[in-house]
Amino acid sequence: MKILVPVKRVLDYNVKARVKADGSGIDLANVKMSMNPFDEIALEEAIRIKEKGNAEEIIAVSIGVQQNQETLRTALAMGADRAILVVATDDVHNDIEPLTVANILAAIALKEGPSLILCGKQAIDNDFNATAQMLSAKLKWSQATFASEIEVNKDIVRVTREVDGGLQTIDAKVPAVVSVDLRLNEPRYASLPNIMKAKRKPLEEISPADLGVEMTQRLKVIKTKEPDSREAGVILENIDQLVEKIQETVGG
Amino acid sequence: MKILVLAEINDGELAEDQTSKTVSAAAKLGKVEVLCASNQCSDASKKIAKMENVENVLVLEDDLFAQSLAESYSETLMDTIRSYSHVFAPSSSFGKNILPRIAGMLDVMIISDVSKVISEDTFERPVYAGNAIQTVQSIDKVKLISVRTSNFDAVPLTGSANLKKIECNTKNSLTTFIENKIQTNDRPELTSAKVVVSGGRGVGSKENFEIIEGLADKLGAAVGASRAAVDSGFAPNDWQVGQTGKVVAPDLYVAVGISGAIQHLAGMKDSKVIVAINKDEEAPIFQVADFGLVDDLFKVVPEIEKKI
Repeated sequence: MKILVPVKRVLDYNVKARVKADGSGIDLANVKMSMNPFDEIALEEAIRIKEKGNAEEIIAVSIGVQQNQETLRTALAMGADRAILVVATDDVHNDIEPLTVANILAAIALKEGPSLILCGKQAIDNDFNATAQMLSAKLKWSQATFASEIEVNKDIVRVTREVDGGLQTIDAKVPAVVSVDLRLNEPRYASLPNIMKAKRKPLEEISPADLGVEMTQRLKVIKTKEPDSREAGVILENIDQLVEKIQETVGG
Repeated sequence: MKILVLAEINDGELAEDQTSKTVSAAAKLGKVEVLCASNQCSDASKKIAKMENVENVLVLEDDLFAQSLAESYSETLMDTIRSYSHVFAPSSSFGKNILPRIAGMLDVMIISDVSKVISEDTFERPVYAGNAIQTVQSIDKVKLISVRTSNFDAVPLTGSANLKKIECNTKNSLTTFIENKIQTNDRPELTSAKVVVSGGRGVGSKENFEIIEGLADKLGAAVGASRAAVDSGFAPNDWQVGQTGKVVAPDLYVAVGISGAIQHLAGMKDSKVIVAINKDEEAPIFQVADFGLVDDLFKVVPEIEKKI
């Protein structure tokens, strides 16, 4: 089977997001960008499925600015076989909505015919947690979200899902869209030889228009502001003071 | 305006707190109808009917909805959902699973994790792990909204809504339920608990987490964990508080051995009182804590448990 893995380029996990002074968004000029951590987990899982002999090809897709090819090179260095870059904007501040992303990915899926699409459950920038679900709806495929375990069989993927209160196991008919959660695996680092090899792997560049997808924006961002900040409190001297404070809070 | 709320029901049991707070958010715009879809609806629908501002409860009793699979909703309810201007669901694993799929079917955007309802088309939602709050305006005909329930109060149980039976006659041929492994204990539910005691990487092991649980039980609290603790296998994922876990806002949040990464703060900084215990005085958790104690948690926590 073929596996498709969408990867998003986001503000690095360790960098604190700063709101622009004019309230128009988050400042993304000259900051470190990386692959969305959940997408790394999705890609790692695809590679493991292939290593077990259950998949022949892994295609990584990224949608956004030209620079997303760095993210795709990382994906290729980790173990993807080829990459597709959909250049959808020239401004890194222009976040493409999950609905449009789903339309683009659906068009690619119809062309490439993967049996499985593995997505990160959410991007750590817009925190929508929506692309996988929207994509499976667009394709009318089965969906399994928040996976902590994936078992690929011939016509079925058995997915254990992280749900409130515990775990749920379901069987999803192939082709399926699966979104992955934190505990599924620990992504590998790309080795230097693999980084070198990745430079020679194919990376195709296309536009949304090539796929017949219209760019739309249904949610207009009117304003971006800092959250209300919390004042630091007091450092207590000893346990008795702490017990007193806890009892005051719980008691009244 | 015609507003629908999807009640969260798992195998006949209503997630009352989540559903009530979602009704509360939706009711900012007017009276609401609530869809009660499950394999057993009698208890759940009666509870929902008492919630203030609920006009009608649409009762859909069918085995198809026993396990809240996304396809059961999206393959069968589109005609019903299309007739509303707004559809709200809690931003729990239930709502996060189902609502974006419905959005995809309707070709509309989802407005996830709404923390404030400003008007019928304008909402606030946190982004970047709560490091920024965005005001967004939707141009879609049907607005699909998942609600960050910790930002809303439950509605009073003063209502008496009408119950209306509805039916569906399609199937979910895409996914099949196999099993649930749900932790059962006597502790309150994490997202609605008045007190939460959470442990982080500093707790050191799964066995050591018992001291967190011990204090929680003494306080009648729910147990939480940081992502680092979950990653290290000290605690199950459904205890995770933070950007990628649950969002809580209890009266008292006790953070033990938690450094206070941005991702964790995103899930608990709306708590009324935050207490932090950490041996590292530089830990960022102290910047948001109302009361802090710089000390060894293995000494402090058992002693607190004894003295309370």
